[in-house]
Amino acid sequence: MNSANIGNTVVKPKGLVKAKLSRDDIIMRGGMIVIALYLVISLVFPLYSMFSKSFSTFQYDLSKFEVQISDDAGQFSPEIASLQNLNKDLKAITDEELSTGSGGRLGVTIFFPDFSFRSPVMYRIRNVDGQGRFLVGSKLMTGTDWQELDSNTFRRVQLRPVRSTGLSNFINYFSTPALFKSIQNSIFIAIISTVITVILAFWFAYALNRSCMRFKGFFRLIAMAPILVPSLLPGIALVYLFGAQGVIKGLLFGASIYGPIGIIIGSVFFTFPHAFLIISTALAISDARLYEAAISLKASAWKTFWTVTIPGARYGIISAAFVVFNLVITDFGLPKVIGGQFNVLAVDIYKQVIGQQNFEMGAVVSVVLIIPAILAFAIDRVVQSKQVALLTARSVPFNPKPSSRADIIFTIYCGLVGLFIIGMLGICQFAALIKFWPYDLSLSLNNYQFDKMDGGGWGAYYNSIKMALLTALIGTCVIFFGAYLVEKSSGFKTGRAIFQMFAMLPMAIPGMVLGLAYIFFFNNPENPLHIVYGTMAILVICTVTHFYTVSHLTAVTALKQMDSEFESVSASLKQPTFKLFSRVTVPVCLPAILDIAIYLFVNAMTTVSAVVFLYSPKTSLASIAVLNMDDAGDIAPAAAMGMMIFYTNIFARVIHLILSKGVLRRTQAWRSSN
Amino acid sequence: MEGIKDPQSSYLSIKNLWKSFGSFTALKDVSLDIKEGEFVCFLGPSGCGKTTLLRAIAGLDLQTSGAVVQGGKDISNFPASERDYGIVFQSYALFPNLTIEKNIAFGLENTGRSKSEINERVSELLDLIGLPEQGPKYPAQLSGGQQQRIALARAIASGPGLLLLDEPLSALDAKVRVYLRHEIKTLQQKLGVTTIMVTHDQEEALSMADRIVVMNEGKVEQIGTPNEVYCKPETLFVADFIGEMTQFRGTISGKSLVKIGNTELNMVEHRFSQGREVSITIRPEDIIPLGAKLPAKSGKNVFSAQLVEMEFLGSFWRCKLKSDEFPEALVTADFSVNAVRRLAIEPNQILWIELPSESILAFDVQAA
Repeated sequence: MNSANIGNTVVKPKGLVKAKLSRDDIIMRGGMIVIALYLVISLVFPLYSMFSKSFSTFQYDLSKFEVQISDDAGQFSPEIASLQNLNKDLKAITDEELSTGSGGRLGVTIFFPDFSFRSPVMYRIRNVDGQGRFLVGSKLMTGTDWQELDSNTFRRVQLRPVRSTGLSNFINYFSTPALFKSIQNSIFIAIISTVITVILAFWFAYALNRSCMRFKGFFRLIAMAPILVPSLLPGIALVYLFGAQGVIKGLLFGASIYGPIGIIIGSVFFTFPHAFLIISTALAISDARLYEAAISLKASAWKTFWTVTIPGARYGIISAAFVVFNLVITDFGLPKVIGGQFNVLAVDIYKQVIGQQNFEMGAVVSVVLIIPAILAFAIDRVVQSKQVALLTARSVPFNPKPSSRADIIFTIYCGLVGLFIIGMLGICQFAALIKFWPYDLSLSLNNYQFDKMDGGGWGAYYNSIKMALLTALIGTCVIFFGAYLVEKSSGFKTGRAIFQMFAMLPMAIPGMVLGLAYIFFFNNPENPLHIVYGTMAILVICTVTHFYTVSHLTAVTALKQMDSEFESVSASLKQPTFKLFSRVTVPVCLPAILDIAIYLFVNAMTTVSAVVFLYSPKTSLASIAVLNMDDAGDIAPAAAMGMMIFYTNIFARVIHLILSKGVLRRTQAWRSSN
Repeated sequence: MEGIKDPQSSYLSIKNLWKSFGSFTALKDVSLDIKEGEFVCFLGPSGCGKTTLLRAIAGLDLQTSGAVVQGGKDISNFPASERDYGIVFQSYALFPNLTIEKNIAFGLENTGRSKSEINERVSELLDLIGLPEQGPKYPAQLSGGQQQRIALARAIASGPGLLLLDEPLSALDAKVRVYLRHEIKTLQQKLGVTTIMVTHDQEEALSMADRIVVMNEGKVEQIGTPNEVYCKPETLFVADFIGEMTQFRGTISGKSLVKIGNTELNMVEHRFSQGREVSITIRPEDIIPLGAKLPAKSGKNVFSAQLVEMEFLGSFWRCKLKSDEFPEALVTADFSVNAVRRLAIEPNQILWIELPSESILAFDVQAA
């Protein structure tokens, strides 16, 4: 060969080139690190605290304390008694009772049957070593010096437990039948709801995509309505429809709506739009050529349905099933309102934490709840990636042919589903507007005097709007900017991969778990970020994080549609990346940015699960008020507040529509100009 | 090659460039020099590393090792924004929400030019590319060819020292492609800007380039003028990739003789030793048809063959010839329409052909 240097003697590369970073590179990497840090603080650290909490056990270690008692004259005998030895004789407290939570306190007087706070007897108590801790009043004693106390003070001595790490919380959990049963209940509810919702949503989506029925736009709007209300609301509606004084409770033939039936009906209601959207997208992309082939092969409609329609939409159906499963199993609001004695995991967390102040057990239930949630999430991600692959294939869109019989059947079917959705919302509005159900059905606005009820009053409603606006504003900026950095920066591969992982994580974390994790992390006095606890800021941070993933994916999808060479062109023209970002990227992605904003706003208005642990009296929210008023028996005002959320979200959507259509028409003239 | 002999005149030097993506090596010790004002094409099949090389020169994907020197300055590790070049991509990469004027002006802003200077320069460029009235339109309102000219104008707006073109014509219709080929070449000569174009289209490279860099599997196979790479390919790959050819296996049997099977062929002097196994190539258009009868005055390398296949390709006929002398393969020959008519060539007839000795080339046998 003429070019002899090429063939046999291969020169090895030497002197690796290390990139000199431009100012833009440094700014972009810096920005990415800042947002990654945000996710670490708002997600990774709290989750870590929660996991470590679930493995922490607290026990009173009686061998760590010693006491001395004086006679009536105040003379101490030289005899030193360990509390452990005292208990051995007295059996004042059993071994099981020695297990406690992090906040456990144990009065010492139970070890002294003769104790009287009026007696002149003096007591001395000390820690044996540095591990023991006890309180005198509110003062914590950790030293090993004797504390000499009169009997009146001694009764205010309380022992504090010792922390150790182990699986005993989990053992405890799985040996408590009442708690263990919740796993079964949750999975049962989730599976049944999933099956029903997916079937209903499939035929609804099929009708809207594959028939020539009328009023499609109207039905599409109706199908999306449940997304605008908190999941508590269908619970309240079911109380009015099927509760003790329900309008149509006869339909249940004596069965109680409080329990699995109620949870399932409500779950179908609030998960319907999610399933409908996913399946509808899957049906919309089916290829008309396959149907033409089926007709030319003289396949029956039935056979075509099973060999063409279902396989084409299968990823959508599977994905919808896992999304619904995840929504139901992690939902807290609905089983809280309508669940009655039927315990599920999400409510258990709430009960353990709010009811029994047992944070460790709350953490254990959270860990248990994360497992199915993460599994469902992971399977959904795999399936969705396959769906995308289908989308990229060039196919001919399917145009349905009119068929009067099928179209009528589909119209009736959609009408029934629509009636179910409107009926649920309507009954709530109706109940909110009447004086006293079911005895005085005259109209009144009494139920809107929220300030007279528990739960935060109108202030909670305004808080909600403020929180939703802040979440939409801050969240959209952070999420879109983060997606831009991770999508469009070059190099720094490991950093970007870690960032992507962080961004996907929130979707797999149930809201209840996130909220509880926030308590553990932010309510720790040693954490300097403790100052945000109980403020509006923590609610916004938590909500942005909770809904991070879907928004991030929306942003990434929009950014991926932009030419990947824009950044290269801009750099070759020696223009700062920021200029490209503000003059090209943001204007072109404006529709997606508005979609993210409305998604965050609506979810911030309706969310209950994460924030239920984090609100303070000053920052109560409308959705929390619905929960609390319902809890206090003020069901009609709860329905009224729930509907306020609904109308606010409709209003927000209308604004979103006007912005998308109106403003975009002006700024995106280039789109329609072809 | 003058560029290598006289490094002083070299504007852009690539020295021992390597690039790996994980375990895959995309560039293997690539070195070349480009003179000021030269139009160079990187030509090769997809995956040969030509785009990788261009992106390394642009600083978009840095090489693993090796140096890039532009205008005497070592820019090996410079970020793209600190290098001096304009670039045009296959996708045009025009900003869709900015008008044509704003697109061209994008790189002129923040450079100390006044607004009126920028406007003047933009209309000058629009005139230059022959689209003077299109300034206020959006990219989507223009055809693909027009958009690509806008992208070109944007790339040269601030007068860069180097123009990089990454498959700029591949997304266009055949007709527009031929037209733009000419346009770009004329513009480049007018501006005198050093230009590198990446392409997989040999016709494009042959018609536009001053010099062609033929690449394969991350290595440079040959650097030369279009005429050199076509007529004097240095490797079997280059001979095979550029143009058509018929290939035989042969053994060197003399100073200018090679044996294929039992047939001995005359060829030009070669560098191989006696008895060496070689690959022998001949281009279809070099084969001369002599007609059904053997002419009285015939030269060397004349054989009779049966015409087994004829395919009409417009300006010529592509013929497959079967000869007892070369049982190994069919010989592909391109006969002009004129010759076919004159010699009354028909399918299946026996035909005398001549393989001119100067068009027979020998190469190392490539390991399969």
